Formats: sequence, structure tokens, C-alpha cells
Amino acid sequence: MTFPRNLLYSRLSSLNKYSRNVNTSAVRLQNVQQVTAKKRICIVGAGPAGFYAAQYLLKQLSDCTVDIVEKLPVPFGLVRFGVAPDHPEVKNVINTFTKTAENPRLRFFGNVSLGQDVSLQELRQRYHAVLLTYGADQDRELQLQNEEQKHVISARKFVAWYNGLPGAEQLQPDLSGRDVTIVGQGNVAMDVARMLLSPIDTLKATDTTEYALEALARSQVKRVHLVGRRGPLQAAFTIKELREMLKLPNVTTNWRADDFAGIAEQVEQLQRPRRRLTELMLKSLSEQSKRTATAVDGKQFLPIFLRAPKAISAKEIEFAVTQLQENAAVATDTTECLPADLILRSIGYKSSCADPAINFDPQRGHVRHDQGRVLKEGEGSSVEPGLYVAGWLGTGPTGVILTTMNGAFAVAKTICDDITANAFDTASTKPGFEVANQRIVTWDGWLRIDQHECEAGKAKGKLREKIVDVEQMLRIAGV
Amino acid sequence: MLVINRIRNAAILSLRNAYIRNCLSNEIRAATNSTRTFSLGLALRQQDVVNVTFVRANGEKIKSSGKVGDSLLDVVVNNNVDLDGFGACEGTLTCSTCHLIFKEADYEKLPEKPGDEELDMLDLAYELTDTSRLGCQITLTKDMDGLEVQVPATINDARAA
Repeated sequence: MTFPRNLLYSRLSSLNKYSRNVNTSAVRLQNVQQVTAKKRICIVGAGPAGFYAAQYLLKQLSDCTVDIVEKLPVPFGLVRFGVAPDHPEVKNVINTFTKTAENPRLRFFGNVSLGQDVSLQELRQRYHAVLLTYGADQDRELQLQNEEQKHVISARKFVAWYNGLPGAEQLQPDLSGRDVTIVGQGNVAMDVARMLLSPIDTLKATDTTEYALEALARSQVKRVHLVGRRGPLQAAFTIKELREMLKLPNVTTNWRADDFAGIAEQVEQLQRPRRRLTELMLKSLSEQSKRTATAVDGKQFLPIFLRAPKAISAKEIEFAVTQLQENAAVATDTTECLPADLILRSIGYKSSCADPAINFDPQRGHVRHDQGRVLKEGEGSSVEPGLYVAGWLGTGPTGVILTTMNGAFAVAKTICDDITANAFDTASTKPGFEVANQRIVTWDGWLRIDQHECEAGKAKGKLREKIVDVEQMLRIAGV
Repeated sequence: MLVINRIRNAAILSLRNAYIRNCLSNEIRAATNSTRTFSLGLALRQQDVVNVTFVRANGEKIKSSGKVGDSLLDVVVNNNVDLDGFGACEGTLTCSTCHLIFKEADYEKLPEKPGDEELDMLDLAYELTDTSRLGCQITLTKDMDGLEVQVPATINDARAA
């Protein structure tokens, strides 16, 4: 034991010698840095796209500083407010983001809203480059009559409700009926279905907000219909989500055999991911007869294909039966009504235009860009120098975190390439963000909120009890 | 009888747990001791070291090593191997960022075949091949010394997806 300690000592002393050398050169380095202007980059939106881009930029550009501006007092975007509470492992990326945030060249400005507290023009004047990553906070509509009625709500809002997005606690979904019909079959639709069908005890240990747990505990929902316009081969959910659903205790999945006519014959020609997903559906379908006999009073999960929403009424929703023509769903004259005490619309997110200066495509719900470079307003392909977009704000709402990560890395690389090519000014000195009459949550402020939430959760045997009220967040953050 | 059995089982379980906890804390103590020596490069016996080479999409080779029992994700994390975004979910089988591509012969030799959950995640990976695995699911054995695995390109144009 003494031997290694001696060694440790000698290593430390040599380290000291070494660091003394480093120190002298560090002073010199600092002087140099004061002469060359730092490249100041501002990222708007503290979700996965923003954090992954920041990670890349800080690593590749040793002379840059990155400021992340976030509308909410708390970071992580859809990792906090989108990822299902019963998928806590997916939220492990927060550890990587936290490491990025602890970089001394990164600053976090929470509770700063683009378009309200600061304009895009102002940010562009204060930074060499601005990267927009504020995501998609709106959803696509069915464009049907009665869609505004109280029993029709968006899955996005439902997710925000159980995940504690400030403002979403007002939603109060009515779960007193037996049938819920979800229009759309993506992973958001699957998450919502799983939250409605999961035994309440498995949710109690998660960070589901307390008010949502109470409402879900009282829920009378017994059947969840998951309806898609196209067929099983076009199903938008991924296999992990389906497998999870098939394993839910006390929930029976019932497929419609007619939906799978001719599907088994096509399995062999499919690419592996699609093939495995289809095989799992077919396997579940083939085991169906055994299941229905055993579980009578349990809950039911009912995926239904080839139905396009047509009309909404008080207790049901009417669908047109569709046919596939070159992968597109074409409505026929035949219709079918499904019971629906509650209708959840889950046909995709879209972004909003936070600042009038953004070249925004309202039809598609995203920012117009070329490889992440935001295009100038009007015709043509010229770009706004030093203005970029990444994540769902640029790509539209598709893909898993891996997709967003790769996309954000790619745009961050584009920024680095443009700096090398002098595509925008990085020579002048830029002041960066300045605090004026604004209650700003710094990273330390967030850590205080985080600690508070974790402690409150611990007291209830939960991972975390999220604070939903912005004013309370600000108070705990100390601003 | 059933009740008695249950109580007995519960008692055995709690005893066992206490024993395991004891052993564990001893082990942790031992582990911290040994890591202290590891960092000085003393106690790491030569035969426990497994050398691994990660080959980037551009052909660049990164040589690294772990010890028997480590996962390939451990090797990347413990050695700070420079692979952006690798292991986002920290080995919990909920992402596919630790996707690695094996040579066919190496793939066949892997002691454990991928389970459904691993294949489900791999199905979401870019550049999926028949010899793809998730690094977090591969535990190093002595036979793997000298293993070379390919890392798919991390910077992928996702906009086309």
C-alpha cells in the first residue's frame, strides 16, 4: 500500500511541475484570446437538437462560446416534456447534455422567449451565428367539423399534460367514458395509448405529474382504438413500442384479420426493420383466438388500419374505408363509425413562427432552409449568412433522438465549414446576450429547480415531481 | 401452509439480500482500492486486457482496450474514445447510438446472439448490416483480444429520412 502511495506522490509532484509549465503558457494563451475575437454563437431552444449542436460546436471550435436561450425556465425540451414517463432510460441523454452545459464556454438563459423578450434581429446583431432549434409546439389538425369540441383533444397536449408542460395542467381530459379513439399511429399515439392502458401502479413510480396520476387512477377507459389511414405495412409506430404494448399486463391487443389480407405473402420482400415489425403484428394476430378467451374484463388495445377520419359527433367518429393506391390512402364510399367518448388527434406536430423575421413555411410548419442554412425570404436559394436551423423546426416532426442527434451534428458541422470558408463575419467583436430587466434562469438556477424536483419526488417514491408553475420555477431558481 | 411458505421465503430473501448487500459493499471497497492501483497501471494483469480497435467510417483507427467483463460501451466511456453521441441512453437498450459493425467471422464468434430488444433498437440504426450489434450488449472475453469493429458514420444527413 505504501508503494503505490509513493508512486502517487511522485506522479503528483511531476504533475505539479508539468502544470506549472502549463500555467505560464495558459496566461499567454489568455492574452492571445483577448486579441482574437471569440466566435459567439447563439442557440435558440434547449432541446436535444440545441444541446447536440452545442456539444459539437464547443468541441470543434476551441475559440467559440455558445449561449443557449430557452423560452421555459427549464432545459431539455421534449426529453423532459415529450418522452413518456415510463421510458426513464431514454432520458439518460440528460447526463450528456448536462456535461455540455457545464462547459465554461456555454451559458444557459432560461425564461427568455424569442419574439417576445428578444427579437431575431437583436440576436443576429449580438452574435456571429444564430442557430434556431426551438422545435415543434403545435399540431396538425384533422380539418373536420366539431374538431374544436371538448372531447377532441390533441395527443400533443395530452402528452404535455401528463408530462407537466407549464400551461398544460388546464387540459383536464375527460376519462369517464369507455372508449378512446386515437387518430394516427405514430409513436406519440402509442405512448398515449400505453399511458391510458397501463396499470396505474406502474406509473406511480415515474415522473408523471401528480394531477395526471390522479386523473388516470379514476379513468374509466377500457378500450383504446388506434386508427391509421394506411395499412399494416405503412404503420408508423416502431417495433419497440408495439412489443411493449403486447406485454402490458391485463391488456389484450386485438387486430382485425381483414386488415392483414395479403400481408403475410409480402413479408419476405421487406427490409429487415419493416419485416420484423410486420412479423410481430402477424404473430400477435395469429395468437389472438387464444387471448380473447382468457381476458374478458381487462382493457383492450385495438389497432385499426385503412380508415380515414371523416366526421366527428358527440360519442363517435366516422371514418371512410380507404384503399391503398401506390402507398397512398384513397377514401372509398364505404364508411364505418367507431365509438369515441374521447378523441385524440395524433397526426403530427408542426412548428410555430416565433419571430416575423424567420423565413417560415406555414403550410409545412417549418423553417425554409438548405442543409440547415436558413434561406432568404422570397424566391431563389440564397441563404441568410450566419443563420441556421436544426431539429424538428427544420426537418419536421420525424425520427427518434438518434435522427435529431445526427441532424444537429450535421448542421453544426455546416456552421464550422462556413466559418472556415468565411461565409459570414466572425472577425468583428460581438457583445452576446445581455441581461436587462429580465428574470433569467441560469444553469445554476436550473440545478436548484432540479434538486427541488428530485427531493419532492423522493418523498412520494417517484423519480421526480415536476414543478408545473412557471412562477414557482422562477422562485426556486432564485430569480 | 402457503402462508407459512411465503413468510419463510420472504425471510430467506431478506437474509440473502442483507448478505448480498454486505458482500457488495465489501466488493465496492475492494473495487475502489483496486481502481486506485489500476490508475497507476500496476494491478491490471496482462491477461485481463482486451485490445479493441474502433474503425471510423473514414478508415481512421482508434486503438483502445478494456478488461474481460467490460462492454464495448464501457471501453468507449472509460477511455474517452472520441465518438460523438455514442451511448446516449447509457446502455439501457433504448437507443441505437452505440451501433457497431462486426466482421462476419467475429460476429459469428460472439458468445451471445442479439435478443429481440436489441434487434428492435438496431432496426432504427443507420447503415444497419447483418453483422450489426449494439456495443452496450457485447461483453469482452479474452478471445476478443485484437477485435476490430467498424463505427457507422455519425454525421448522416438525417434530413433525407
